[in-house]
Amino acid sequence: MTRLFGRRKFMVYGSAALGASMLLKACASPSAPTDPAASPADGSPAASPAASGDTIKVGILHSLSGTMAISEKSVVDSTQLAIDEINTAGGIMGKQIEAIVEDGASDWPTFAEKAKKLIEQDEVVVVFGCWTSSSRKAVLPVFEEKNHMLYYPVQYEGQECSKNIFYTGAAPNQQIEPSVDWLLENKGKDFFLVGSDYVFPRTANTIIKAQLAEKGGKTLGEDYLPLGNTEVAPIIAKIKAALPNGGVIYNTLNGDSNVAFFKQMQGAGLTAEKYPTMSVSIAEEEVQAIGKDYLLKQYAAWNYFMTVESPENKKFVDAFKAKFGDTRVTNDPMEAGYISVNIWKQAVEKAGGAGTPADLEKVREAAYGQEFAAPEGPVKMFPNHHISKTVRIGEVRDDGLFEIVYATPAPVDPIPWNQYVTETKGFSCDWTKTGVDNPGKFKI
Amino acid sequence: MFASILDGIFNGLSIGSILLLAALGLAIVFGLMGVINMAHGELMMLGAYTTVVVQNAFKGIGGPLFELYIFFALIAAFLVAALVGLALERGVIRYLYGRPLETLLATWGVSLILQQFVRSVSWVMVFGLILFSLLFFGGQWLLKRRADFESVQKWIVAALLPLSIGISLAASAFLGQTYKLAVTKPWFGAQNQDVTAPSWLRGGIPIGNFQLPSTRLFIMILTICCVAGVYWFLNRTKWGLRIRAVTQNRNMSACLGIPTRKVDAITFAIGSGLAGVAGCGLSLLGSVGPNTGQNYIVNTFMVVVVGGVGKLVGTVVGAMAIGIADYVIGTGILGNLTNNPALKEVFAFFATTSMAKVLVFALIILFLQFRPAGLFPQKGRTVDA
Repeated sequence: MTRLFGRRKFMVYGSAALGASMLLKACASPSAPTDPAASPADGSPAASPAASGDTIKVGILHSLSGTMAISEKSVVDSTQLAIDEINTAGGIMGKQIEAIVEDGASDWPTFAEKAKKLIEQDEVVVVFGCWTSSSRKAVLPVFEEKNHMLYYPVQYEGQECSKNIFYTGAAPNQQIEPSVDWLLENKGKDFFLVGSDYVFPRTANTIIKAQLAEKGGKTLGEDYLPLGNTEVAPIIAKIKAALPNGGVIYNTLNGDSNVAFFKQMQGAGLTAEKYPTMSVSIAEEEVQAIGKDYLLKQYAAWNYFMTVESPENKKFVDAFKAKFGDTRVTNDPMEAGYISVNIWKQAVEKAGGAGTPADLEKVREAAYGQEFAAPEGPVKMFPNHHISKTVRIGEVRDDGLFEIVYATPAPVDPIPWNQYVTETKGFSCDWTKTGVDNPGKFKI
Repeated sequence: MFASILDGIFNGLSIGSILLLAALGLAIVFGLMGVINMAHGELMMLGAYTTVVVQNAFKGIGGPLFELYIFFALIAAFLVAALVGLALERGVIRYLYGRPLETLLATWGVSLILQQFVRSVSWVMVFGLILFSLLFFGGQWLLKRRADFESVQKWIVAALLPLSIGISLAASAFLGQTYKLAVTKPWFGAQNQDVTAPSWLRGGIPIGNFQLPSTRLFIMILTICCVAGVYWFLNRTKWGLRIRAVTQNRNMSACLGIPTRKVDAITFAIGSGLAGVAGCGLSLLGSVGPNTGQNYIVNTFMVVVVGGVGKLVGTVVGAMAIGIADYVIGTGILGNLTNNPALKEVFAFFATTSMAKVLVFALIILFLQFRPAGLFPQKGRTVDA
């Protein structure tokens, strides 16, 4: 039925393939338009042939394929925007930044591998990247072993404070805790916690439960959905059983499950009026993907919304749309990616260089105390490697963007080790501190 | 009390019908043909993306017609998925019949290609692909007229392949640089797409304290229609008879003049088309993105294996059993039925979505220990053929 693949044939096809690939290389060297991963680099000075002595190499490590590509691709875009802006303005101390983009492929071992490659082979001076906590935990040993530097742009569960990572997303006290306080004050005391089944929602819910117990709220139920699972009927039945007369749903679902959850909530008659839902993983892009009709009047807690009114944000949004198209939206992790590059740039300028391994240490120390007028408002890097951030709560409105219904009057200082969780209560992190065993985690 | 039991039954059946809808195409492809098609989920995904395209097209038209877009989307999804399935069968699977391991790997590769395809497809890419096919296959077709085609075929291929790749790449690069973002921008990108149900499918029908979600009702009806359609097709039509004959004994059917190749292609296309319909229906409930198919593939295989390979009724019963078990265990209703505190503990422990999955899987493994061929095994000599 099938013919054997003979040697002769192999030679013919082999040579054909070789010829084709050579031709392909020859044709495609100016740019590879069919390759989506390469296209963001087009036109940026990164792609122009500059002598490596005149550039500062930085790495960008995000998933461009696989499950997480949905979210991470836009962070790559905003990181690249920040680099382009710096390059157009003359670079850092006269040197252009050259970005090397690597694809972590939504696979945690690949992240570690690519991190190693960026550090050893490409000799980058800093890496911007990672989204999921799992990918961060996978690259952490690499960065600690090489004593290198990663800027991590996503809100996360806290409980970590590495010397080799700068966290520019929110710690729990800059997103989860203020939003729970706001819900207790405005929406009711009965909570149901829904989350995806992995480290971030589980830790977040531990924090929320402790916080509710302390402040007089009630956790009437919690359930976790395996990542990617879209069958939410059992959860909705449980919510109805636990909160027959309405109550607050705190949603830490991630990815595809969110879509199913909101679509089926509406079908089951759980309205936003009776069951106000606070989400921490739904930003502007996700609203577009889920469909704004399903999310109308629901809440999300972030540090940045596209609708923040400030000259810095206007500039950021305009520049982003000009570069990537009018239909694109900006969101919180993208803004954090943008902050990362700028804080790093200021630190390099203060340290006076970023080329040698010895500079790494200087740049790290120079980062402490750096302030930046970010689109979300002023931020400042703390010696615990996290930044102060304004906390906002947004309500989904007709056009799919967020109406900001609450904002903290001033940026909130970051607390990486959570004070509601008994194991970490009383611990602190300060990498400028001397005289303690581990400046990353010590008892005050 | 009555309402809550009704709600429970409804939800269990509805989860079951979702599983069934997703597994129906596979029951034909895997059950009848024995092809392990790992790209089945991606065919569903293509159906879901077709729904997005149809929805957006109807949004442009607007008015009362938009409310009916879902029916057009169902038909379009069937056609698109069936065509892709046909191409898959003609291009890959027909060379691999009777070699399950190679089929598994090849179709898995196809599934990855399809996933990345919807992420990166743009006008430039489509243009390049079409140009390449025209040059490569068109060139071969033209040269076929030569008398000595057979003897020089290898060289023609060797020359045509790099030539057509080169020309189409260069042309797309040129296009990309001339028209920039307008043609290089991906159609969908890596982001999830939104499918909004027409307004008559949103909300639900209130019964007492509960509300039966309309989308779930719609999917149940769709599933019933599909099962009835497949049953009618297999048992009442000429081609259905041929399909059943070929699955029972391929060689004998061929001897009797049944075009087995054609039957294979048609069977596979119909199975794929059903996957497309499933993708369209499920886009009302879940997400539409490059990974949509991955969310269903394991469950669909599970349903077919539990039901018994090769029997439609097995797939129906298997899907319903798994759906109801999932719901009953996941919501912890069982705990209310017993007064034994230890047993109550156990049920409460498994009453989360993740743990319910664990228990259901464990029960399935246990079940397969006693009935390795599933609920309704194929009987007779055909089994090992």
